[in-house]
Amino acid sequence: MTDGVIENSDNLPTRRGSKGGPVLQVENLCVDFGVEKEWVPAAIDLNYYVNAGEVLAIVGESGSGKSASSMALLGLLPSNSRVTGNVMLNGKSVLELSPAKLRQIRGNDVAVIFQEPMTALNPVYTVGFQIIETLRLHNEISPDEAKQRALKMLEMVELPDPEKAFKSYPHQLSGGQRQRAMIAQSLSCDPKLLLADEPTTALDVTVQAEILDLIRSLKNKLNSAIVLITHDMGVVADLADRIAVMRQGRIVESGTAEDIFKNPQHEYTQALLAAVPHLGGRGEDGGVDITAALAAATHAEIEGVDKTELERREQAVLAGLKSDRDQQHTEQPVLELSDVAIEYPKQGRVPAFRAVEGANLVVYPGQVVGLVGESGSGKTTIGRAAVGLLPVASGSLKVVGKDIANLKRNSKELHELRRDVGMVFQDPSSSLNPRLPIGESIGEPMFLAKEAKGAELQKRIEQLLDQVQLPRAYRNRYPHELSGGQKQRVGIARALSLKPKLMVADEPTSALDVSVQATVLELFQELQRELGFAALFVTHDLAVVDAVSDHICVMRRGRIVEQGSRDNILRNPQDPYTQRLLAAVPLPDPEKQKERRELRAKLLATVGE
Amino acid sequence: MAWYLVRRFLQLIPVFLGATLLIYFLVFSLPGDATAAICGEKGCTPAVEASIRAQYNLDEPFWVQYFLYLKGLLTFDLGTNFAGRPIAEIIANVFPTTAKLAVMALVFEAVAGVVVGLFAGLKKGKLFDSTVLVVSLVVIAVPIFVLGFLMQFLIGVKLEWTNPTVSGDATFTELILPALVLGLVSFAYVLRLTRTAVIENASADYVRTATAKGLSRRRVIGVHVMRNSMIPVATFLGADLGALMGGAIVTEGIFNVNGVGNTLYRAVLNGEAPVVVSIVTVLILIFCLANLLVDLLYAWLDPRIRYA
Repeated sequence: MTDGVIENSDNLPTRRGSKGGPVLQVENLCVDFGVEKEWVPAAIDLNYYVNAGEVLAIVGESGSGKSASSMALLGLLPSNSRVTGNVMLNGKSVLELSPAKLRQIRGNDVAVIFQEPMTALNPVYTVGFQIIETLRLHNEISPDEAKQRALKMLEMVELPDPEKAFKSYPHQLSGGQRQRAMIAQSLSCDPKLLLADEPTTALDVTVQAEILDLIRSLKNKLNSAIVLITHDMGVVADLADRIAVMRQGRIVESGTAEDIFKNPQHEYTQALLAAVPHLGGRGEDGGVDITAALAAATHAEIEGVDKTELERREQAVLAGLKSDRDQQHTEQPVLELSDVAIEYPKQGRVPAFRAVEGANLVVYPGQVVGLVGESGSGKTTIGRAAVGLLPVASGSLKVVGKDIANLKRNSKELHELRRDVGMVFQDPSSSLNPRLPIGESIGEPMFLAKEAKGAELQKRIEQLLDQVQLPRAYRNRYPHELSGGQKQRVGIARALSLKPKLMVADEPTSALDVSVQATVLELFQELQRELGFAALFVTHDLAVVDAVSDHICVMRRGRIVEQGSRDNILRNPQDPYTQRLLAAVPLPDPEKQKERRELRAKLLATVGE
Repeated sequence: MAWYLVRRFLQLIPVFLGATLLIYFLVFSLPGDATAAICGEKGCTPAVEASIRAQYNLDEPFWVQYFLYLKGLLTFDLGTNFAGRPIAEIIANVFPTTAKLAVMALVFEAVAGVVVGLFAGLKKGKLFDSTVLVVSLVVIAVPIFVLGFLMQFLIGVKLEWTNPTVSGDATFTELILPALVLGLVSFAYVLRLTRTAVIENASADYVRTATAKGLSRRRVIGVHVMRNSMIPVATFLGADLGALMGGAIVTEGIFNVNGVGNTLYRAVLNGEAPVVVSIVTVLILIFCLANLLVDLLYAWLDPRIRYA
């Protein structure tokens, strides 16, 4: 492995493209955190620049220092940090500024878009108040003028009802609207530099696509320089002009987006790109060309793409579809939902909420069914009902042939039934008891079900640890001593401990880094092949569902809008929502993503939504 | 919102009935004969004793006594104490003093607690913070009568800054010392609550956003940190107002304040059920209203809270 930075030849920090040099020039930036009287480096010797109207993406996994180094530019780090080096903003050194001068730059010359708009906006003030606060701080304008400007900003970020958004508190807006409000606030003083710290990570994929469109159009309109901090290669491909890849505090490779995606030099960049789940990228034939499939299914015409080439690709898609025939299943299904409706019962004056309506779904032994949908679509609700954690309002829900729809809570039958289903939860950090060594967490289901105890139990725990590829010695460790990926392995081991016929996995990898996600998914598939359990895989990530499942159900607003074999869904999506969902997934390839983007615009134009 | 208020006021009815019933029963069950308290050491003749019993319905069974009391209450006739003084007059006499004392104590603990807690929270781990933590722990741990006597002795007797006891007029300056003593323990709690909330909120994402917007530290703390930190403090203060009104027995005893606490104490000793129940009922109503006020304040502080 090379230690030095790999720089593509055309990426010397020249000052082309803009008069007076780059907006931001970072030289030898180092960030350290004081931990127990020692300096722990978070960023080491960073060098990069951004020109006006340009997007620089800083890519890396959690702990790579990408966020810390960017927050250091504005002095936003906690007081136990130390920043050295040289940061030039329009030719002025930022790190040497007095606190008062630095405040003048913050929000005015340099604005930040934070990751989670729910927590990044103050919950107790209206959106309007927070934007006006920024405006009046940096401009000498009257409250009325400020209000007009704020409304104009909210309009510019395409909020449907700017007046209403102005008066709303953050919790009254949806996730995407909140992020738009955040962006409106950031842009309110026409910043020359925008730091976007994981701006779309907390959002659904269709909302993400909208926000990315918004940032792109604003960049063109305002000609600001943008530093985009993200771990998502699809987002990078969609937006970035140049890329810097960070790992363990260092920039290991930097260059134009095209070069990095086409010809990654550093092995870490290569590994990172390889780990990105690629929607449609499974199978011997090189995978499904989603763009072509979408074009065929919607009869949309993409400009700027060779027609004959696209036709050829469409033909390939159809050929693939023909070879795919749903096998006839004769066995008894492991999970069968017919016309299931699930309600959250009314609480006080809050009326009952019907989260799922008319759901039909079958999981056969050994089959992996992916349940995809955006937040609030009811996918997790179905997952929970399948293990008897939520009551069924109507319809029948059979697990291993037994209808649990009418079983009482805590009834004996339900307890019996839970032996046949295992569940893996979303956040491994909070779903493992922090006070129990992981060996006990894994063994508890077997102990409670009186499957094993004593030496026999210990042997089974060791077997399970082997199966999820964790060292046996880890059984005495506590959850906080494990990494996120290791914790999720424990979660899988616990779900498997009673040898279930059905595993319900609720977003098992969404809290993990890409490369860790890849290994956990691999483990899941291996175990599934080996042990042959059926699985209901709940996720918002189409690429993940594509990687693991045989059958895909797409959910929207409590209903399953489309389902079919993986190939059917990916090669020939029929429901407009599925089409939009597929089109919204950014491809980790700038050129293909450009095609996809055009197609998505077409799609939205025809649907008119 | 209007509906919410109506509902909250309707909720006062069962609280009121339950509380009066419970307290009436407790006083009724106290050992000893009420006539003994009236007649004193010498005792009365059986005839006088019987007439006293008839006058205060003492011969009736518990339920009848209770309903007769309720009936009086609803017609705004609280009756008289055993000395023949109207209870309404007693209450009108002592409540203003106690209310003054309680409000002074509340203002002291709220202002001082929030200010000290804020600075301790901002200087977490520094000398000021550690000192404040130790001192507040001592204040919480030492019984209030010890602190009360100590301060009375030091400030009232040794330094002679103020009268060691309060006169019948209960002027503002006389009440300062008792109010400090009364609010002292709650002050320690308020400052600890504020400190914790400030520490938590100072590292919140929206505070970083506020800083990134270019706001001065003063505005970041004053506008963004403080409002969010006041939410738990408001709850505590509201509940504390009720406690201050009724729980001043020890402090009023030390400083000889002619207030609710002292009157209540004497009435309990004498087994004067109507007096005890009447005073406690007023206290309960104040407590409920203070809580309602807090809930309204709460929703103003935190718009995420909805009335349901």
